[in-house]
Amino acid sequence: MTHKRRQALYGYAFISIWLIGFILLTLIPMIRSLIFSLSDVTITGAEGIKTYPVGFNNFIEILTTDVNFIDALINYFSEMILYVPVILIISMLIAMMLNQNIKFRGLFRAIFFLPVIIVSGPVINELLNQGAGTVPLIEQYGMLEIIQDQLPPFLADPISSLLSEMIMVLWFSGVQIVLFLAGLQKLPTEVYEAAKVDGATPWETFWKITLPSLKNIMLVASIYTIVMLSTFSNNVILTRIRSMMFAADGGYGYASAMAWIYFVLIALLLIVSMLLISPPERIRKEKGVKRYVSIKK
Amino acid sequence: MSQLKNKYKFKKTLFGMNIQDGLLFKMALYLMLIGIGFVYVYPLLYMLSVALQDLSDLLSPSVFYIPTKLYLDNIQTSFQVLNYIPTLLSSLSVTLIPAILQTLVASLIGYGFARFQFPFKKLWMSIVILTYIIPPQVVMIPRFVLFNDLGFIESILSIIVPATLGQGLYSAVFILIFYQFYKMIPKALDEAAQLDGASPIYIYFHIAVPLSLPSFVTSFLFSFVWYWNETYTSSLFLGSNFQTLQLKLLSFVSSYQDLFPGQAALIHEGVRMAATLLIILPMLIVYMVMQKLFIQGIDQSGLTGGEA
Repeated sequence: MTHKRRQALYGYAFISIWLIGFILLTLIPMIRSLIFSLSDVTITGAEGIKTYPVGFNNFIEILTTDVNFIDALINYFSEMILYVPVILIISMLIAMMLNQNIKFRGLFRAIFFLPVIIVSGPVINELLNQGAGTVPLIEQYGMLEIIQDQLPPFLADPISSLLSEMIMVLWFSGVQIVLFLAGLQKLPTEVYEAAKVDGATPWETFWKITLPSLKNIMLVASIYTIVMLSTFSNNVILTRIRSMMFAADGGYGYASAMAWIYFVLIALLLIVSMLLISPPERIRKEKGVKRYVSIKK
Repeated sequence: MSQLKNKYKFKKTLFGMNIQDGLLFKMALYLMLIGIGFVYVYPLLYMLSVALQDLSDLLSPSVFYIPTKLYLDNIQTSFQVLNYIPTLLSSLSVTLIPAILQTLVASLIGYGFARFQFPFKKLWMSIVILTYIIPPQVVMIPRFVLFNDLGFIESILSIIVPATLGQGLYSAVFILIFYQFYKMIPKALDEAAQLDGASPIYIYFHIAVPLSLPSFVTSFLFSFVWYWNETYTSSLFLGSNFQTLQLKLLSFVSSYQDLFPGQAALIHEGVRMAATLLIILPMLIVYMVMQKLFIQGIDQSGLTGGEA
């Protein structure tokens, strides 16, 4: 046996378990889910599952008549567009504070990471129901009313829900803080010293050195944030999809179509945020030329 | 002259040579960190305080956070309602077993991707990463149908089988952690072993696994925590017969009525917060013991740098 064939054989042997799992539990289910979404699915006791192809009827029905679902989607995505950057910015700020020369860094980091361990659908539910999801000060000073009065509703609603669930936003930042902090600690101190010698202010060093070097981590953190939020068990869209599985006016086909609509929107959100954080080469090149020149000087 | 010098010195300690080492900056920094830290633990403090209050304390406007006496009835009641010890054991069984299996399998898969050259490797690797993004609800319905046919529904198999085949909860993350780690081990190590006639399987078990114990610990811990906190698919697959602590919390009111018929009105926030406290308690204990390992785990996962 040649070296190359041995490599291929052993490689496939090691990943075979994943390959089998992927085909059986992800690829085939995805195809089936696509077929379901294009069909009317009935379940009969004797014959099991029967599908009648109905074309895009499920999708059309959802998009034209299911007002509740569409409303929930719009609400959900306007919240996501607000939450994701807020979570990223807050976790980066906290990481930068922790990266200063301070005492008890380990303790603070441990506190900020703690929620990751305990955050779950039912627990968050209980906390929000009992009013422990918001900082008492925000309610006492009537900040929510001020926002509702002063801003147009399409801005006021997401912002006030953000404020009233501020603790939850922070609770979803634990992993990101640790990611950013690890990234900050890997930055070479010489660069900062050189910048200081050249008379750069902290403000300038942040924009010119810190932020660009955190780009990869920003990317990982944003993907993580979107995936975590979009799969969290309390998610209204998810609960609706699951309840539609067994609803009289729903069924597997209808619920599958909902799941695909949701998936496409999440994928779009991921792509947009990836493009925003690291624009593709073609756009970057124009800036790159300038950077090259300035280094040469 | 000396006055001026003193003034300068004072200014220097207050504002520092540059902004970041002055006393004012430090004070503001600590204040903000403490403030944010308080916001982080506020829900927990609230939970603890309410769980320890009896009804009169809860209703009394003069009692804010500190209960007038140590009152443990809420905890006792919710302990009973949750059927705590048996439920805890069944929770542990559906989290520990898949977490262990998922970690072991992720290590094998990660090793395969990191150490061998084979056709379509890039394609499969990118699919591994893509599976992280595919939301569970897309594959959930067909999996439900499949598991229903196989009789896995309402059994632990519905959680274990996906974990064993590398399709469990966030499996891609763990495969990636192992992949990153095994790529860092110098190839010279196993080339030497190969010359001595060791097979790849021998090398995996005798060289790679012992070196990667930290990755095993990280993957296991995160896997364990995520399985513990996941309720969306597990509530569908495990059904209502298989009770875990999280699912029991969801149906707390009805469980309460089963145990104390006709007394539903007596569930007050004290009891509910006590129940919530009991749900997160095992994780709090795990975290207190292994806090460092969690955070080091992320640092070592290779997700924070190196990959461009």
